[in-house]
Amino acid sequence: MEIIFFYLVALVAVVSGFLVIRCQSPVNSALGLVNTFFCLAIFYVMLHAPFMAAVQIMVYAGAIIVLILFVIMLLNLGTESRKRYTNGIVWSSIASLLILFNVIYFIKRGRVTGAEGDITNFMVESVGHTELIGTAMFTEFLLPFEIASVLLLVAIVGAVVLAKREV
Amino acid sequence: MISVYHYMTVAGILFAMGTYGVLTRRNAIVIFMCIELMLNSVNLTFIALSNHLQSMDGQIFVFFVMTVAAAEAAVGLALMITFYRNRESIDVDDMNLLKL
Repeated sequence: MEIIFFYLVALVAVVSGFLVIRCQSPVNSALGLVNTFFCLAIFYVMLHAPFMAAVQIMVYAGAIIVLILFVIMLLNLGTESRKRYTNGIVWSSIASLLILFNVIYFIKRGRVTGAEGDITNFMVESVGHTELIGTAMFTEFLLPFEIASVLLLVAIVGAVVLAKREV
Repeated sequence: MISVYHYMTVAGILFAMGTYGVLTRRNAIVIFMCIELMLNSVNLTFIALSNHLQSMDGQIFVFFVMTVAAAEAAVGLALMITFYRNRESIDVDDMNLLKL
C-alpha cells in the first residue's frame, strides 16, 4: 500500500518537474514547481520529518514561489516566442543523461552504510520532531545558525539596494 | 517496502531534469526555478539519508540549504529586476556585456 502511494507521489513529482522545464509560460512553470514542492513535502512526512515538511511548504511553496510569481507579474513576462525558446538541446540532454546514469549506477552498485545515530523513528514519534531539531540546532549547530541569520540580513540589504532606483 | 534507494533515485531524476532546464532555457526566471528544483532534490537526498542513518545532522543541513535558497531568491530576483530595467528583457542571451 505504502509503496503504491510512493510511486504515485514520485510520478506526480517527476511530471510536474517536467512541466517546470518544458512550459513556455513562466507562470505555468512556477505552478509546476509548487506541485513538486508539495510532493517533496509528502516525501518528508513519509520519512518521519514532519517539521521539515511544514518548513518546506511555508518557505518554498509560501515565500519563494510568491516572490517568483510577484516578479513575473511585475515584469509582465509573456510566453517566450517559439524560435527563441531553447538552445543547445543535444549537449544538454547528453549532460543531464550522464548525470542520471551516474546517479543510478552508484545507487545500484553501492550500499548506504555509516555510523548509525540514536535518533530512531520511535524516538522521533515519542519526543517530537520539532523538539529534536531545536535541541540540535541550538546546541550543536549554534554558530552556523547565527551565521545564517547574518546571511539573511545581508541578503535583505542587498535586495533593497539592488532593486531601488536611487539609493 | 520503501528503501532509501527509492528516494535517492527520485532525487537523481529531479536533479537531472533541473540540470537540463538550466542548460536549455533562456528565460532567467525559469533557470532560477530549475536551480530551486536541483536544490530541492538534494534536500530530499539529505532527509532520506538522515532517516536511514538515524541521525539529525542531515535535517539541520536541509534547514541551512533552505536559508541560503531564500537569500538567493531575494538577491537573484532583485538582480533580475535591475537587469530588466536596463535591457527590457531577462533573456540570458542578452547578458553579453562581458563577451568578446
